[in-house]
Amino acid sequence: MFFRNHAAVAGLALLVFILLFAFLGPALKPGDPFEMVWSPFSPPGSDGFWLGTDYLGRDIVTLMMAGGQVSIAIGLAAAAMSVVIGVAVGAFAGYYGGLVEEALMRFTEFFQVLPTLLFSMVIVALFGASLLTVTAAIGVVSWTTVARVTRAEFLRIRELEFVTAARAGSARDLYLIFRVILPNALPPIIVQANLMVGSAILFEAALSFLGLSDPNVVSWGQVIGSNRPYVLDAGFAVAIPGLAIFFTVLAISLIGDGLNDALNPKLRQR
Amino acid sequence: MNAESPLPESPSPESPSRPPSSLPESPSPSPPESPSPQPPPLLQVRDLVVEFATRHGRARVLDRVSLGVARGEILGLVGESGCGKSMTALAILGLVPGPAGRIAGGSIQLEGRELTGLGDEPLRRIRGKDIGMIFQEPMSSLNPVFTVGEQIAESVRLHENAGRKAAWARAVAMLKAVDIPEPAARARAYPHQLSGGMRQRVMIAIALACRPRVLIADEPTTALDTTVQAQIFDLLRELQRDTGAAIILITHDMGAVAELADRVAVMYAGRVVEQGGVAQVLSAPRHPYTRGLSACVPHLDTGPGGDGGGDGDGDGAGAGDGDGGDGDGDAGAGRRELVEIPGVVPSLFAMPRGCAFAPRCADAVAKCARERPAMRAIPAAAGHAAACWVTAG
Repeated sequence: MFFRNHAAVAGLALLVFILLFAFLGPALKPGDPFEMVWSPFSPPGSDGFWLGTDYLGRDIVTLMMAGGQVSIAIGLAAAAMSVVIGVAVGAFAGYYGGLVEEALMRFTEFFQVLPTLLFSMVIVALFGASLLTVTAAIGVVSWTTVARVTRAEFLRIRELEFVTAARAGSARDLYLIFRVILPNALPPIIVQANLMVGSAILFEAALSFLGLSDPNVVSWGQVIGSNRPYVLDAGFAVAIPGLAIFFTVLAISLIGDGLNDALNPKLRQR
Repeated sequence: MNAESPLPESPSPESPSRPPSSLPESPSPSPPESPSPQPPPLLQVRDLVVEFATRHGRARVLDRVSLGVARGEILGLVGESGCGKSMTALAILGLVPGPAGRIAGGSIQLEGRELTGLGDEPLRRIRGKDIGMIFQEPMSSLNPVFTVGEQIAESVRLHENAGRKAAWARAVAMLKAVDIPEPAARARAYPHQLSGGMRQRVMIAIALACRPRVLIADEPTTALDTTVQAQIFDLLRELQRDTGAAIILITHDMGAVAELADRVAVMYAGRVVEQGGVAQVLSAPRHPYTRGLSACVPHLDTGPGGDGGGDGDGDGAGAGDGDGGDGDGDAGAGRRELVEIPGVVPSLFAMPRGCAFAPRCADAVAKCARERPAMRAIPAAAGHAAACWVTAG
């Protein structure tokens, strides 16, 4: 059923290509991404540098590979973290209602009203700019939408009759939450998780852009940030990592769409 | 009991539906007020009170409800919408929706074990295992994202230490037991791929998968076609004969009661107003409300509608449209017309001090408005009792 969705298959192919490029590419084309190998701002295609060189004369192909590993890893890890926190908070709030819901949703709102970029900057500044803190900072500021979506779905589904029926069949609370209600609440959560991967990659780019990401590694966002002053002279050095982010987010969104359809039993039979 | 039952389509309703061994011949379990020499019922509810705290004050949804059901017996619990039938079922399962609702008094005993006041965990163990429930809407009572086989198997696994394979085999066997063709293939179907009747069979299979001793069926056929309804009734009767389970059949359909039940408890506004053997109550109703309810059911020999038509009429006439036929003089003249009960059910917040039915009752006397009648055994009929100052006793 997933494979009958052509857009999703295209997305999967695109993501596989990007992953192969980032994780297997360095084996075919070894090189230190920080090494200055040629004159700065060489346009793509010049002198064997397919994607050209950046403002320090570093090979953009090598930068893209190394940066891809970091950006994708952070994007997935931060999205996973925000989904785990968001689903847990939203599920318990929506299922139990009452005081539990009040407390959890006020807690969520507290994180919602924080200026996200500032708050994550504070976290990174406090705990040091490592990949782990950057991931955690992104996860901590972006779980709130997942929590709200999950809570809304739980509020709707917990009133449905099959939940009462399951309860009459002696299901425990945790069983009802995770085995009865959550599977029915998944479609919007999956969509949200997808958007989350994209926005986490972008968020990391923003932090890198501000010089707040791990200085010892390179990411797509960092390449954009460091080449930004020269965008009018050498637009390609900004456009190439930008396109890489765009296509990655697109691929993940298409896959998520396909997953959503594949997980819905009513659409499964078509 | 009166053998000359004027009821249609009920060739002695009690005989086909009981297991040969476990019960005496005549259906005469006593009302709970008078102690009986018989073994105590499997499930005994006494003076059950359920209250809801609302913005407008406390609403007493169930007011001293007493009923019992014995092993191998089918008890029909009838009354119009909102009279507390379903709430009684939820209370028995310990599922009164909290925190607003709570059991404020009375007792529920399963084989002598008190269920009220039990903690969540012991109650949870009882649900499904000892007391199973079938819900009204087979469309919405099944989880749409799992196959029906998975859902039955899960129910088995929740109660017994069965492995996945054993649970699945049991699920297929249960589907076979509820007469679903090609059970192995159907087990892999999702609920939306099955018809309403099939889904209700699946619900019954889930409820029976752990062989509960009491099965509560809350309007199991209301959402189904008449022909499917008859099949489900046959199935329930057959399964009950096989397992010896006690069944509480909640319905507003007097025809269904006549067809399936051994005994009947009639509820009105959160109270049980009449209880007795099905032939006693239907052929010689003592409480004016039961009389009204029976008069609302079209009979095969007298009017249109026949057996299946009893369904919606009893409900609608009692609940909303009561005033319509109020001043209509020709009711009963010439051909027999369906009679409506005038008036509406009193609000839970303005319950009369005396009998809840008094404001709508043609036979009411001054005492009815002042004092609430208790259930009183009817001398001539063993096991038959009604809560009425005028007509009972």
